[in-house]
Amino acid sequence: MKKNIAGTEIDVNEEGYLTDMSQWNEQIAAAIAVEEGIGALGDGHMKVVRYLREQQAKGAALTIRSMGKSGVVTTKELYDLFPGGPLKKSSKIAGIPKPVGCI
Amino acid sequence: MPDDKQPVKKMSIIVSRGSLDGIYPALIMANGARMEGIEASLFFTFFGLNALANKTLDSLKVSTVGNSALNMAMPMLGMPMTIPFPTMMGAIPGVSAFATHLMNKEMEKLDIPPVREFLELISDSGGKIFACKLAMDMFKLKKEDLMDRVDGVLTVGDFYNESAGAGTHILFT
Repeated sequence: MKKNIAGTEIDVNEEGYLTDMSQWNEQIAAAIAVEEGIGALGDGHMKVVRYLREQQAKGAALTIRSMGKSGVVTTKELYDLFPGGPLKKSSKIAGIPKPVGCI
Repeated sequence: MPDDKQPVKKMSIIVSRGSLDGIYPALIMANGARMEGIEASLFFTFFGLNALANKTLDSLKVSTVGNSALNMAMPMLGMPMTIPFPTMMGAIPGVSAFATHLMNKEMEKLDIPPVREFLELISDSGGKIFACKLAMDMFKLKKEDLMDRVDGVLTVGDFYNESAGAGTHILFT
């Protein structure tokens, strides 16, 4: 379905995750971040967002364990940056699908 | 009808078993809760202390004796689940270690960490880890014998206080 985010019509699924990661830009990320209660995105957030997009493009499976060991961010930092759902929220803001998996 | 689904706000998970298959479900539940923004506390009692004591936590095993559900693990050996695991074989020295090794390998493929790393992950994620005072006394353990991420040694009363709050669910594993 289509949703208007930051003034553009974007394809999203029922939960609001972008179905086409090429439609993403930083304004969209900022708008989703506000919706998710994360507020303004700082350098720490954007480092994670860029890393997530890289990994998604490579087809790598994303887990909270691999995020914490990525060298880009520690587990504690990830929970501080995206409270209430580190992987759920950061992936939505990054315009990639929600990681499926129990870890 | 109004939508009156009450969100789960906190999980208070009691861990009473000390085998690999007894510990991991609790760790997955606690970490999964944290990933959803749900608070989580783990309370290790009885044989659950195996997962906190430094001398035992890096070598938890799966039992191959008297474990009638072991046919679930047959696909790991490339055999169908309908083939039962022979009980007599389970008691042969080395078989439990081998079954444990297989399970650990499969979990690593799914990016599930070993117990120590998993507890550190849960602790870094804001989950709390507690040991049961009664079980510590019974097994003659001191806090120094436990891994460093243990947040405290609690009595059952302390545990209930720690679990207080609307939206808290207590889970016994």
